[in-house]
Amino acid sequence: MRIGLFIPCFMDAFAPEVGIATLELLERFGHDVQYPRDQTCCGQPMANSGFNADCADTEALFVRNFSGFDYVVAPSGSCVEHVRKNFDAIEQTAEVKEVRTRTYELVEFLHDILKVEAFPWARFPHRVGLHNSCGTLRRLRHARPSELHEPYFSKPMDLLSKVAGIEFVMPARPDECCGFGGTFSVFEEVVSTKMGYDKVSDHARAGAEYIVSADSSCLLHQQGCAERIGVRIKFIHIAQILNGAGA
Amino acid sequence: MSAPPSMLHPELIGPDEPNAVVRDGHRLDHAEGASKPLRSRPEPQPRGAKVHGNRPIDQAEAAARFIAAPEHEKMHDERLWDLRQKRDREMHGIPEWEELRSLAAAIKEHTLTHLDEYLSQFDEKARSNGVHVHWARDAAEHNSTVYDILRDHGAKSLIKSKSMLTEECGFRPYMASVGIEVIETDLGERIQQLDNEDPSHVVVPAVHKLRTDVAEVFAKTIGTDPNNSDVHYLAGSQREATRPLILKADAGMTGCNFAVAETGTVVVCTNEGNADLSANVPKLHIASIGIEKIIPRLEHLAVFVRLLSRSALGSPITQYTSHFRGPRAGGEMHIILVDNGRSARLGMEEFWTSLKCIRCGACMNTCPVYRRSGGLSYGATYSGPIGLIIDPTFNAHKYSNLPFASSLNGSCSNVCPVKINIHEQIYAWRRELVKRHETPLAKRAAMKAAGELLSRPAAYRAAIAAADTALAHLPRFIIYSGLNAWGRHREVPHAPKQTFHSWYQKNRGGKK
Repeated sequence: MRIGLFIPCFMDAFAPEVGIATLELLERFGHDVQYPRDQTCCGQPMANSGFNADCADTEALFVRNFSGFDYVVAPSGSCVEHVRKNFDAIEQTAEVKEVRTRTYELVEFLHDILKVEAFPWARFPHRVGLHNSCGTLRRLRHARPSELHEPYFSKPMDLLSKVAGIEFVMPARPDECCGFGGTFSVFEEVVSTKMGYDKVSDHARAGAEYIVSADSSCLLHQQGCAERIGVRIKFIHIAQILNGAGA
Repeated sequence: MSAPPSMLHPELIGPDEPNAVVRDGHRLDHAEGASKPLRSRPEPQPRGAKVHGNRPIDQAEAAARFIAAPEHEKMHDERLWDLRQKRDREMHGIPEWEELRSLAAAIKEHTLTHLDEYLSQFDEKARSNGVHVHWARDAAEHNSTVYDILRDHGAKSLIKSKSMLTEECGFRPYMASVGIEVIETDLGERIQQLDNEDPSHVVVPAVHKLRTDVAEVFAKTIGTDPNNSDVHYLAGSQREATRPLILKADAGMTGCNFAVAETGTVVVCTNEGNADLSANVPKLHIASIGIEKIIPRLEHLAVFVRLLSRSALGSPITQYTSHFRGPRAGGEMHIILVDNGRSARLGMEEFWTSLKCIRCGACMNTCPVYRRSGGLSYGATYSGPIGLIIDPTFNAHKYSNLPFASSLNGSCSNVCPVKINIHEQIYAWRRELVKRHETPLAKRAAMKAAGELLSRPAAYRAAIAAADTALAHLPRFIIYSGLNAWGRHREVPHAPKQTFHSWYQKNRGGKK
């Protein structure tokens, strides 16, 4: 199948290794993965702040870049959520709707579409704490959020459990928001960073060597918080572990 | 054997005391006795948002002050998280929990879409039960209606149980202005009244206070020992001080949790039994009811009673669920049905379901922003997630910053017992406020610029390259200056050697 690879703006600039891991991982399964060069962003930063009209041109550009692929895959939950659930600053033509429904977040793509059974190349002999970002947990429904009385499931845990040597630790508040929240991290920076300090401290107390997440934005924020208060913990995107980082 | 006195209070022992331990010619004091307390007085309570008339409330500023008081912030976060955990335990004890939530949401949506019929039915039933029914369009009408009733009875003092509606109406200041003494009977609300502060939470109004804060308030107002912050002592002293006022009050007032249309019953849920005192001790009982509190039938009450306290405090039921259907023998009962913006809200396509709210406070308890900000940082009657979507309906300018005080994590919507899509309404309010030009100019300009840059690939690539270089060469103090909100309290991301884009060009350049 032809997959369009969407590497959101902040990952392009600050987490290129996650983009590389995603590309290599998808190629391991024998798919034709292409990265449209003119891509920039999905429009979420403006929409998240209420400025929907200001993201119309960005959304139109996104559609021009990603029209015609069997699937569009991105290693970022909140961006995918924006494309799939909001993304209404432009006219909803058949083409726009098509691109929106074919856009997937990496974990759900591996779990629900490719139905991957094994990652034989992956080995990660470390204690990790899983950070379910709010976008993936409560909106894309990667897993059962702790607030709901529903049967347990977790797509990221299903995938990570197939990695040799990995060990999981459970923080006291496993699905509390880390405080990133897009532009919230800047407009409400004191609350945002306090939430980040508490998050990384919780994982550290649980004994995590790494915090792993499907969202690099949360990880960049948490890393900045951990470094500021001197919590020794490492951060890694789920794509990197599944692609065999550290093996 | 008990420890010798020298171990307990060495500073009280004279140099020639036989129990003093002397080494190298100096008296050896016990470490605890010799050390100084970390703080000579308890951490002062951080106060709420600064209110300047109609100017937009700066929630972020007040939240930062709350976080700067670590004892308060930690206590507040943990106390409310404990309620959230207890709520989860109760939820797991009810196999049909999610079904109950759906049912409660459906009952509320049905009622709100037939509100006129159920209100007429309630009005008619209450009148036939011997209750005087009044209607109030807004806060001013509510307050003057209460005053008229009190004046007719020559009442000079009023005891009342907790009611968010009366907070909405600015009821206490109004009563003070007409010379009527109001005594709150809910302990937390009484603390807030004595401290001349608004409630910070819809269920636990003084949850942001440490017991040392309460000791300070009581010492000033009811004459307790300022150095005694024992909770039993404080609660007991308050009871001693307030009980005589309750017994001699001329009138009583309650709010209402549920108003049953088929029977005309006013149902009030409390844990202190204080609504029963307010309704039953004086001969005159006034119940203030927001028009969204109606439920059609008594059987529907069971659904809400099972959800309310479990969601609020993680207890199966409130200690008291009191039904008031008519005046007691020799007494008089009045009901005031209050709109105060509710009809207008009912007409707002994206926001009308916020009227389903049963004021349990579960969204506040779970909200990571609320727990770290304190309820008074919102500078509004309703704080936390539900406040973010209700407050702007009262004043979209003054509360224009509130919908931005959220990370949009969505936990609030998941705990809501009546399934209000709170986080989606927060998002919708942001759009609405931009449409109404209620956002700062600097933010508008930044967003417009971002939109223009992100829609032009060539310009965007050039900007990214410049940013890379800039981050690599700027001295640290500039990156961390006040201009950079990211870097004030956290490190900036490490700029990698190359972007993904340039890696791809280099490594997969041949590919189309």
